Amino acid sequence: MANHNDEHEGGHAVVPVRTYILIWITLLCCTFLTYGVALIDLGSWNIVIALMIAFFKMSLVVLFFMHVKQDNSLTRLFVAGGFVWLVILLVMTMNDYLSRGWMPQGNMPWPQ
Amino acid sequence: MPEFADVNPGQVTEHAHSPFLRHHFEDMAQQFDSSTLGMWVFLLTEIMFFGGMFGAYTVYRSMYPDAFASTSKHMIPLLGATNTAVLICSSLTMAFAVRWAHIGSRSVVRVMLILTMIFGIAFICVKFTEYYLHYKDHLVPWLNFQYPEHPALAHNAEILFCFYFFMTGFHALHMFVGLGLLTYLLIKNEKIVFGPDYYSPVEIIGLYWHFVDIVWIFLFPLLYLIGAHG
Repeated sequence: MANHNDEHEGGHAVVPVRTYILIWITLLCCTFLTYGVALIDLGSWNIVIALMIAFFKMSLVVLFFMHVKQDNSLTRLFVAGGFVWLVILLVMTMNDYLSRGWMPQGNMPWPQ
Repeated sequence: MPEFADVNPGQVTEHAHSPFLRHHFEDMAQQFDSSTLGMWVFLLTEIMFFGGMFGAYTVYRSMYPDAFASTSKHMIPLLGATNTAVLICSSLTMAFAVRWAHIGSRSVVRVMLILTMIFGIAFICVKFTEYYLHYKDHLVPWLNFQYPEHPALAHNAEILFCFYFFMTGFHALHMFVGLGLLTYLLIKNEKIVFGPDYYSPVEIIGLYWHFVDIVWIFLFPLLYLIGAHG
């Protein structure tokens, strides 16, 4: 029998309770922070900061609660691939919608 | 008893097989990695499922920023934040359930699964209270939508409430599915003892539960806090 991955039989190592508690407290603090920052008027920075905090919280959940930090590189590649595809969906869509008004009406490269 | 125990007396093996090893895997580590990878592939389809809604939301929010911001006074950010905290707590207890399933302690797994379910049910109760408040405020599209304070923005504000009910509704549906899966784990935990070489059902249902938590982490700022400072 091939014994790849035998250095961690059964998959993962047991994560100490302290790590989980620390992540949990950080996630709760980030939730309060999101709520607090939303009450201050920062113009278009409100949404940027809210999404940055959400992205940070997501990274913590994915890496520690979902154990991607301990997963093998194939699983990590799949996880990263999923986010790359999501970014393609969002960026390409917004690229279209936000740039539609940029061309003067007469010079649209397609029939009006 | 496992459904597909690998009983093959003719085969020479280096060490005794776990009764939970399916015959098409070489060892428990490979079986665990395959289960995890398979679950992640399913979660990627879920990312794209919710991603479509997030994409459409982004397009409409960029088209009608004023109408979307005007809805924030009908949202209750405190309830949304409470629900975020409740889900984060449920993720912690779910992670603990996985941890002690890995160690092999049936009683701790039982307590953690029940706590996770209690947090999940609390989330759904708060969510449906909000739905009831929106119904009373005449904010349900197609049913009783009225927006007298901004007649000019009413139509586009209705679009936001469509997103709100679809996105939180699909999220709530995932919560119900998650509660069903946790019930399955609770029963399975009484029938077999999870341990270091077999706890993948707890691990992959945990992955699902954390994914649903992540969806809410993004829904909360996007739906509740659009114009909270206004």
